[in-house]
Amino acid sequence: MSKKIVLTAVASALVLAGCAGQYGAMSDLDQMTQGIVKVSFQEKGIAKLDRLNQDEVNAACSAAEMFGKDLDASVRKRVEDANMKTIKFPADGKFIGDWKRGESIAQGGRGMTYSDSAGSANGGNCYNCHQISKAEISYGTLGPSLYQYGKLRGDGDAVIKYTWGKLYNAKAYNACTNMPRFGHAGILTEVQMKDLMALLLDPNSPVNK
Amino acid sequence: MRKQIVRSVFLAAGLGLMAGGALAQKTETEKGIDRYRELIADGNPAELWEMQGQELWKKKAGPNQVSLEKCDLGLGAGVVKGAFVSLPRYFADTGKVMDLEGRLAHCMKTIQGIEPKVSTYNRDDHKNIVALVTWIAAESKGMPVNVPQNHPEEKRVYEVGKRAFFYRAGPYDFACATCHAEDNKRIRLQGLPNLLKKEPAGSAYTSWPAYRVSNGELWPMNKRLEDCFRQQRFPELKFSSELSVALSMYMGVNGNGVASLAPTIKR
Repeated sequence: MSKKIVLTAVASALVLAGCAGQYGAMSDLDQMTQGIVKVSFQEKGIAKLDRLNQDEVNAACSAAEMFGKDLDASVRKRVEDANMKTIKFPADGKFIGDWKRGESIAQGGRGMTYSDSAGSANGGNCYNCHQISKAEISYGTLGPSLYQYGKLRGDGDAVIKYTWGKLYNAKAYNACTNMPRFGHAGILTEVQMKDLMALLLDPNSPVNK
Repeated sequence: MRKQIVRSVFLAAGLGLMAGGALAQKTETEKGIDRYRELIADGNPAELWEMQGQELWKKKAGPNQVSLEKCDLGLGAGVVKGAFVSLPRYFADTGKVMDLEGRLAHCMKTIQGIEPKVSTYNRDDHKNIVALVTWIAAESKGMPVNVPQNHPEEKRVYEVGKRAFFYRAGPYDFACATCHAEDNKRIRLQGLPNLLKKEPAGSAYTSWPAYRVSNGELWPMNKRLEDCFRQQRFPELKFSSELSVALSMYMGVNGNGVASLAPTIKR
């Protein structure tokens, strides 16, 4: 109790002095927020409290975005390199699955909330943020349009590896992207990602028609 | 019945859209959504909760057998008009910044002598909280949002709310800001308010409590926030937690000056 009052007093003083939360340094308000986040949630179903922990890239991006700033160049390089190292290419060397299954994964938005059960296949949530095939008009706009993704880029080795990497861990290419790390975070399986690759890159996919 | 009709209309509108040309798609999509909003706005079932809330406010209840009419929502004991648009705020009697839902639970306890069970949405005493906030919100309809930043605690809670808004975590790395920090963004066809800007922040803040056509439920702000975090793949947000209060403060202050809409009707 007395600790809380002290913290409050310190924070209030900082706010009034107008020097709270200088970007780059962890301020008392940042620490206080972390404490408040931790006590304001309870675990439910598959969503345990460890989900509230931030890794380096999430902590750095949260702090920078709050001040409307870009990441410090050295921090950006470090976290992007670290995320790049997590990317695993398919063991069998095959990147392209079935675009029809890929379309169904792209449509699916379920998975990993506390109301979902463990072990069920997760959706890719792709249409929530991207235009993909032309037939689906109910698409979100948080991410860029992926219509004609393969037609515009071809299916060369570099494109295939980049696209796989982007699906597996988008933070390797752009630290503060809003895109989840589907492979790294275990949201999608290798087989599911292959099917999404086909949706984007297979010449027969409606995306490239 | 009403739900079914509304759904059919939306479906019909959707089919019409698909037949439309690709070039006009965005405009047609938006028009379809606007038409749907107009259709459902005519007659909001939230009125049923409003009437119930007004009765509950005046009804003697709890071990002390008194009503809530002496409850101080921040503008003085018993003052309801304008309370919704000026919460959360600092209360000297508790030494804390409180939101409307938390303050009502506090009044049930201190005035009526009830140990309020409010941890589960729409169960036990929380049912009464839902009805009360709907009526209290309606009493401020049209009034400008006026969430205070006078007390140092109010300023501190705003700063915490700002940090919480940008807090990325969970298996999807999502923060509130992932979806709510830019103009004119959508998830599927659902428009996303930019909560950093006055007009959308004020409208969003006062859009709850809302009647939800999709499930027939009445959702106050705490439930809205809890479901946002569910979709962010976070654990469960606790009722009127420090984080809920801080995020409400952040949204409310960002939207100060905007005319209050609640209770509204939502998809």
